[in-house]
Amino acid sequence: MTSFVRKFYAALILLFLYLPIGVLIVFSFNASKSRASWDGFTLRWYEELLGNQMVADALSNTLIVASGSAVIATIIGTAAAFAMYQGLGCWEKRIVMNLTYLPVLNPDIVTGLSLMLLFIFCNMKLGLMTLMLSHTIFNVPYVVLTVLPKLKQFDKSIYEAALDLGATPAYAFRHIVFPAVLPGVITGLLFAFTLSLDDFVISFFTTGSGVNNLSIMIYSMARRGIHPTINALSTLLFLVVLALLLAVNRRLDSDRNK
Amino acid sequence: MSDPNNISLAAKAANIIDIVDLTKKFDDHIVLDGINLSIKKNEFITLLGPSGCGKTTLLRILAGFEQITDGRILFEGNDIKNVPPYKRQVNTVFQKHALFPHMTVYENIAFGPRAHKRPENEIKERVQEMLRMVNLEGFDNRPVSSLSGGQQQRIAIVRALINEPKVLLLDEPLSALDLKLRKGMQTELKRIQKQLGLTFIYVTHDQGEALNMSDRIVVMNGGRIQQTGTPVDIYNEPKNPFVADFIGDSNILPGRMIRDNCCFFAGREFNCVDKGIGCDVAVDVVIRPEDIKLTAPEKGMLVGTVGTVTFKGVHYEMTVRSEDGFEWTAQSTQMSAVGSRVGMCIGPDEIHVMPRENV
Amino acid sequence: MMGRRGLMYPYHLWMLLFTVVPLGLILYFALTDKTGAFTLANIRQAAQPVYLGVLWHSVWLALLATGVCLLLGYPMAYILVSSPIKYRNMLVVLTVIPMWMNFLLRTYAWLTLLERNGLINGVLRWLGLPALQILYTDYAVILGMVYNFLPFMILPIYSVLMKMDKSLLEAAEDLGADSFTAFRRVTLPLSLPGVYAGVLMVFMPAVTTFVISRLLGGGQYMLIGNLIEQQFLSIGNWNFGSAVSVLMLIIILLTMLVPGKYREEEGGMLI
Repeated sequence: MTSFVRKFYAALILLFLYLPIGVLIVFSFNASKSRASWDGFTLRWYEELLGNQMVADALSNTLIVASGSAVIATIIGTAAAFAMYQGLGCWEKRIVMNLTYLPVLNPDIVTGLSLMLLFIFCNMKLGLMTLMLSHTIFNVPYVVLTVLPKLKQFDKSIYEAALDLGATPAYAFRHIVFPAVLPGVITGLLFAFTLSLDDFVISFFTTGSGVNNLSIMIYSMARRGIHPTINALSTLLFLVVLALLLAVNRRLDSDRNK
Repeated sequence: MSDPNNISLAAKAANIIDIVDLTKKFDDHIVLDGINLSIKKNEFITLLGPSGCGKTTLLRILAGFEQITDGRILFEGNDIKNVPPYKRQVNTVFQKHALFPHMTVYENIAFGPRAHKRPENEIKERVQEMLRMVNLEGFDNRPVSSLSGGQQQRIAIVRALINEPKVLLLDEPLSALDLKLRKGMQTELKRIQKQLGLTFIYVTHDQGEALNMSDRIVVMNGGRIQQTGTPVDIYNEPKNPFVADFIGDSNILPGRMIRDNCCFFAGREFNCVDKGIGCDVAVDVVIRPEDIKLTAPEKGMLVGTVGTVTFKGVHYEMTVRSEDGFEWTAQSTQMSAVGSRVGMCIGPDEIHVMPRENV
Repeated sequence: MMGRRGLMYPYHLWMLLFTVVPLGLILYFALTDKTGAFTLANIRQAAQPVYLGVLWHSVWLALLATGVCLLLGYPMAYILVSSPIKYRNMLVVLTVIPMWMNFLLRTYAWLTLLERNGLINGVLRWLGLPALQILYTDYAVILGMVYNFLPFMILPIYSVLMKMDKSLLEAAEDLGADSFTAFRRVTLPLSLPGVYAGVLMVFMPAVTTFVISRLLGGGQYMLIGNLIEQQFLSIGNWNFGSAVSVLMLIIILLTMLVPGKYREEEGGMLI
């Protein structure tokens, strides 16, 4: 392949990936409702969006669920990663690792409806609580899989050196082990937050009537047809995810460089 | 010595550590088998052996990272079996330094006293003192990752020393350094040990390092102590073929002790200085390459053909196949041509006779 | 080392409760009737031609989408790997970003583009060309799948190609292979684990989707995901819905088992 063909091909693929998003963003500023012609710049759709109570509720639900589930999943996942690191029997390790991977590999629709069945089976009322719980459940494996490699990289002799120098196990954990693993924990937290923000399918099955997050709201709006406020919402969400993703990537890069 | 009660009070006062009948198993695998060893105050003692001989495990037991399966360890006469690592008066210099990567040089060195909750102004003074000792003043705020291998090693040493341990354990601390740095650090370690009057227990698989630095060497293999002695003893009078082979290149031949001062090997009798081994017993004979004198064929006690010649800087190292088929390693400042016939002479003092172990 | 093994048991319990039990419930519903008695009727019903047709249609569309992704994605991964270092990371990040944009919005974006009065038809009309009517057809669904999952194909192939020892290629050329032969005999076989991971990561979500088919295929459009969703949420026949889910899981399991030796650790490919 010549250099020109390569560049041209890469440009085409990137165009394919970005054109729809770009069109959404551009048309979120379009004065008319038309999706085909440009009738002047406006912020009207953003105003309408921000003044909309349904959007505000969905946004607050999304943020509550994303931050809550990310924090809880990070605590549970980090504890689990530590426990797994302590050493498991060969068999036990295999089972635990496979069960940890299972929700990652499971199709979202199966995870979603299996959790829905569980909640209904346990007589739990579907709503914000079950939404939060199910997001925590699918976030935990991602935290485990981010923290565990960090722990495996950790040189045990550094912990022993701390004990050797007179640190009690608790002191060594606070001052040596935890700081070494912390970058992995924070990456896991950001990862979980982003995943929760992005999820639709699992939320769709595990929420109750009247409790929407942004994804569910967009789905029901899009089914009814196209409205420019969705474009405005898309633009805002895109910017937020972009910022988060860049943060995660930077962290990963600096982790790698260390 | 196997009975701890036999250790006299005087010996107890001189010994800082007594290891009595120590056994260590990992699952069913015996790593250390009946170790008895007393370590004196202010001694530089080296545990020497190939990898897997148990020397590092022994060191880790002394540091408190491994539990013993059987036996006793006395530290100044007190059993320390149940004392956790952070309460022992020993400190360790780890093989790959084990410096705390997220801390500066200062924070690394100050870690010990801080863990012991010493006042910060005292710590500051002590850290400076330590940095001076290894000529690294002004490095306080450097991140440890910015230091060279040799500098990191020195930080690791003073980090362990700042707690004023009674014993410093060193686990192959120089193995990550290149040859030249290693030589320099050997001298420096020896100086520090003398200056502070500390007991050093040093683990290495490098026999040159052991011979250079130690007051006493403990040669280990297969979880057992093979021989304990000064470097000169170990070098000149190896107790068994393993020690002889491990300490320097040696010619080890099977032979028979005919009677006192007379030994048979390589197809003839030799005069030697060993007595009391018995009459007509199987032995191993050790002869160092540098102790073989090469002569003209007709003057030699043995005659052989030169196989290979390697220039080693000061001397040539040659392999010579004698008529009985044994391949000797010999050293000489004179080169002999490959394929030429040479004579070999061995003086009575150079023949080290080792009784065969009952295997 | 630090702390107690006791931490393990809560996690065991967590996985049991939230991974094993829920899947067990699906299996339970699939194998029982409304009264809770054991039956194979649901499975038998799911195996009726009309539903097998839906299943087959889903697999077929997912396979087509996977194939298109592979054709488009492999060259892109190859270009990414061979691009100059100073642009490479930026290009990779650019490829990844759309993947993280809300999945619904990405699908919705195509809705606005493909619509009868959408941008594409607007451009065509402006050029004096006849309007395209692909929204609410198979093509739109495949397009949606390809658009949504293309980065899942590019990334695993990219990371395998990146890990490949470049001196292997040099060795191949040194031994007399021209660059096409070197690619065919060295690069391609070595990148197969990445291809396999990519195929899996595209095929799995494609075969189970109900959102893409719902939005781009229209209300009447039926893939297996829609069938399951409808059984659970509109019709309320959990037993039949579970049976179809179990059938779908079996298909996926089979796909994953086929070339087992190419399984790669997937954690690193997610970002």
